[in-house]
Amino acid sequence: MITKRIIPCLDVRDGRVVKGVRFQGLSDVSDPVDLARAYSENGADELVFYDITASAEGRKLFTDVLRRAASEIFIPLTVGGGISTLSDFERVLGSGADKVSVNSGAITNPELIGEAAKKYGSQCVVLSVDAARVDGVYHVFRNGGRIDTGLDALEWIRRGIGEGAGEIVLNSIDTDGVRQGFDLPMLTAVCAFADVPVIASGGAGGIQDFITLFQAVPAVDAGLAASIFHFGEVSIDALKAALDAAGIRVRRT
Amino acid sequence: MIGIIDYGVGNLFSLISSFGMIGQTAEVVKTPEAALKADKLILPGVGAFADARQKLSEHGMDEAVLMAAKRGTPLLGICLGMQMLFDASEEFGETAGLSLIPGRITAMQPRLPAGLKVPQIGWNGLEMRLHPLFDGVPQGACVYFVHSYSATGCEANTIAVTEYGIPVTAAAANGNVMGTQFHPEKSGRIGLRILSNFCSM
Repeated sequence: MITKRIIPCLDVRDGRVVKGVRFQGLSDVSDPVDLARAYSENGADELVFYDITASAEGRKLFTDVLRRAASEIFIPLTVGGGISTLSDFERVLGSGADKVSVNSGAITNPELIGEAAKKYGSQCVVLSVDAARVDGVYHVFRNGGRIDTGLDALEWIRRGIGEGAGEIVLNSIDTDGVRQGFDLPMLTAVCAFADVPVIASGGAGGIQDFITLFQAVPAVDAGLAASIFHFGEVSIDALKAALDAAGIRVRRT
Repeated sequence: MIGIIDYGVGNLFSLISSFGMIGQTAEVVKTPEAALKADKLILPGVGAFADARQKLSEHGMDEAVLMAAKRGTPLLGICLGMQMLFDASEEFGETAGLSLIPGRITAMQPRLPAGLKVPQIGWNGLEMRLHPLFDGVPQGACVYFVHSYSATGCEANTIAVTEYGIPVTAAAANGNVMGTQFHPEKSGRIGLRILSNFCSM
């Protein structure tokens, strides 16, 4: 049977890995390709490279990182950050990405999802959503979680799947960086209708949080995290051994 | 030389890199002439069957693939490239394949138990028959799948299945013609081993 995926996420700025706590206070961690290789050897099922660069020079460094990573790491690579046109898709796919994640770019231009799905296939288009509770409902936030769009997150995800998104990354701003576990109620709400894979993001503080995630919301396909892996607090191999022991199917390498 | 057929479908970056990683020289081949010079051929592919099948025939590349297969050149189809090796697909209406392996490509959705998502995306285990492609690959080893359709009616030629509510054809072979539904170039060490096995044929 298909296994639950563990996905480390690498935020890259100017060719280096950074990770923010609640999206702020970025700190330099490591060379992205070294880190990516170590994750792959440690059993990561997939990697996400998130480009948080603003400058053209930084973007070029990011593309170089991606090319280097794709030349020596043979697991699926997803790229996100600053994707707003089909030519952005072209640029990262041509540099070795397998999937492209859209966030703010799709909010500005929802047709982008459908156009990209038609050109590259739905399996290539990941809709990444930053969501938080506002007055008891889930709202979509943009620009790295800084701006409330007022959009209802569940409606937005439903529309994104309808447009052709092949996977959903659901990042809860409420739990991100807090390390108290994934946002189980928000994930449950999305998994109730999503017929494409859902990747949980935001809140992993330790191994138990992943066990709880897959046991409490069995329809979740994957867990994504950054800082707990970067700082070596949790090794992917140990995480998978613990999931396996808890009866959750994972790929062992 | 290993020829990777480029017919304008999908991105070959990882595939080319993966052969470099196992110490093999792979070249992109864009013409039937170049394809027929290769010692071994890879037929990749992502996207929709009908579109890919049409693109493959545009410059006579399909004829070159058929000729190479007939000559005994080892041929490996990957994902949609594997699906095109069969007789036909029902994706967006009936489209003829290359008929190098008997069987049909049909949608998984109606065949699956409720609750399973389509496409199947992720790592799933292999149950293999004895075949040189799987030399040194342990039973149950996981490989990476992304697909909504799969080969059916091909039991005699199936060399591996994966369990996704039902047994799903994961790899098939007919003599020198082979195909994997999964992506060996995205399946870590196991995938590289399978590519390496193919290179040794």
